Amino acid sequence: MTPYTIHPARITARRTETEGIYTFTMRLLDPSVRAAYRFQAGQFNMLYAFGIGEVAISIVSDPSEPEILEHTVRVAGRVTGVMADWKVGDVVGVRGPYGNGWPVDAARGRDVVIVTGGLGCAPVVGLINYIIRRRDEYGELHILHGVRTPNDLLYREKFDEWRRVPRTRVYLTTDQPDKSWHYRIGVVTELFDELNVAPSAIVMMCGPEVMMRFAAHALLQKGIGDDSIHLSMERRMECAVGLCGHCQYREHFVCKDGPVFTYRTVRRLFGVSGI
Amino acid sequence: MNEPLKLKKAALQDLIDLLRREEFKVLGPVVREGSVAFHEVREVSDLPIGMRDAQEAGRYRLTPGVDGEIFGVVNGAGSLKPFFFAPHEILLEVRREHRGFKVRDATPAAPRLALIGVRACDLAALAIQDRIFLHDKFRDAHYEARRKDVFFVAVNCTRSAPTCFCVSMKTGPEAASGFDLAMTEMEDGFVVRTGSAAGERVVSKLQLPTAASEDVAKARARIDECASGMQRQMDTSDLPHLLYDEVDSPRWNDVAARCLSCTNCTMVCPTCFCHSVMDVQELDGNMSRRVRQWDSCFSLEHAHIHGINFRPRIHDRYRQWLTHKLASWIDQFGTSGCVGCGRCITWCPVGIDLTEEVAAIRAQRGKH
Repeated sequence: MTPYTIHPARITARRTETEGIYTFTMRLLDPSVRAAYRFQAGQFNMLYAFGIGEVAISIVSDPSEPEILEHTVRVAGRVTGVMADWKVGDVVGVRGPYGNGWPVDAARGRDVVIVTGGLGCAPVVGLINYIIRRRDEYGELHILHGVRTPNDLLYREKFDEWRRVPRTRVYLTTDQPDKSWHYRIGVVTELFDELNVAPSAIVMMCGPEVMMRFAAHALLQKGIGDDSIHLSMERRMECAVGLCGHCQYREHFVCKDGPVFTYRTVRRLFGVSGI
Repeated sequence: MNEPLKLKKAALQDLIDLLRREEFKVLGPVVREGSVAFHEVREVSDLPIGMRDAQEAGRYRLTPGVDGEIFGVVNGAGSLKPFFFAPHEILLEVRREHRGFKVRDATPAAPRLALIGVRACDLAALAIQDRIFLHDKFRDAHYEARRKDVFFVAVNCTRSAPTCFCVSMKTGPEAASGFDLAMTEMEDGFVVRTGSAAGERVVSKLQLPTAASEDVAKARARIDECASGMQRQMDTSDLPHLLYDEVDSPRWNDVAARCLSCTNCTMVCPTCFCHSVMDVQELDGNMSRRVRQWDSCFSLEHAHIHGINFRPRIHDRYRQWLTHKLASWIDQFGTSGCVGCGRCITWCPVGIDLTEEVAAIRAQRGKH
């Protein structure tokens, strides 16, 4: 078996999250591969559409049930365009899991701040679900999310649902509000004025790099250490096993050293264009 | 190290014959298209006897050399890399089946190779590729299949090209490890050392005599002379920090104005490992092959994801290449990615010289 070996899996459920975003539940066909498969929150798989290609997609289902794999796919390119047509019963390809995942163990017992921006950030949905399922093990949960326009707010129901979870606060903002918008107005970093957390909090972020840079800056001002701020990076990935070279972020391979890095690790690179 | 032996020039054919009898496919430097590259060698006369190379930044010519000299050509565009990390190869075959597909690993049927005339820098480069493909988090089965049971006959360099700087990179001109036999060429033959049990077996079959101490001393002097006469140098002190600190050096714009982003340097580099992974479907739609093909960080698509290109400028891509090669490679793999073979200098169509770029960045350090 090579690191590139694809394992067939059957789609057992398909859910439309919103226009162009679908969540697929899948089950590995080979019983021994399925029994051996384990993953951690925030890891990803390479999903394969026969004859078309592969893309890196994070696993959003819960690691305590590794036989059920859920992936939320946003249609963005050639391969994900084909994935939009995947139906229940189809056999697709899976290899993984890859990457280091979120620091959910280090976060246990601490207040957790989750910051996202831009279009639907699937990696944090899995993370939020993980914490909510183990609500007693974590402190206060703060979910901050910024969008450019109200139409970019995916999972509006999810945010409303999370708002009702005990000891959880949801902060939403947009730059360009319309009549339907009854949350905050402004860029995501302005949300930090409202955020009241102890310096012992742990932060996990996913979104555009410029947003994460401003967010990290605001969080440092609150006394949170640069090694308690974790961010999920995105780069081109073709092999996912640290060999093809595409995902390099200076000395880091995003696929095998990341995709989650502490701000301390990447702060000197952040904001330098063209790395 | 074992006792040095002597191989007469005429006996080089015996070595080739022996390796061929032992079912090796014997490769050595062969003239092709105005350069040398490793191709099959059956006769000593297949080798570029009496030839040398004239290399400079952006220039390569084969020239008449010294009569009877067999390994006078230092190197050509082709390194050992393509024999182990293939430029294009099939990784998987995926066949469509009723409501699904079946996956088969396509492990290469690699011939047993014996490589003659391998230079110290190229052996060092191979050790670096081994580190990447065999000794990292994931082991590459295709590389491994090609890499095992290869017989290496190294040739210690007794002359360098003006583009060589192996002394700076501490990889040559004498082969330190990774060979079965290492030879130093003299007028009448070679001083031979063994580097493995397989090498020992071969020399015992050839019944080579012990080399005279004068020959051993002369061979040593030739290698030392080659080392001390090396024209190019690179100051590697304070790497990786120099290039990390100089992310804003004005030199990146300067070199970007000259660089064509043609990818030649990465193709001739014996350590560059970037590759594309593609799925190529047959016309009938029932079979798809996963293919790996050399890629380059100079290609525009290399750092492209939907809607974002992280390195759109040549400035970004040259900086990525040089910083990776000389700096971040050290953090990633515990070694520089450069062995000082000089190929990227010779084969650059506009003659960009990384030793010159590093020197310029160093000279301007902190002054901008």
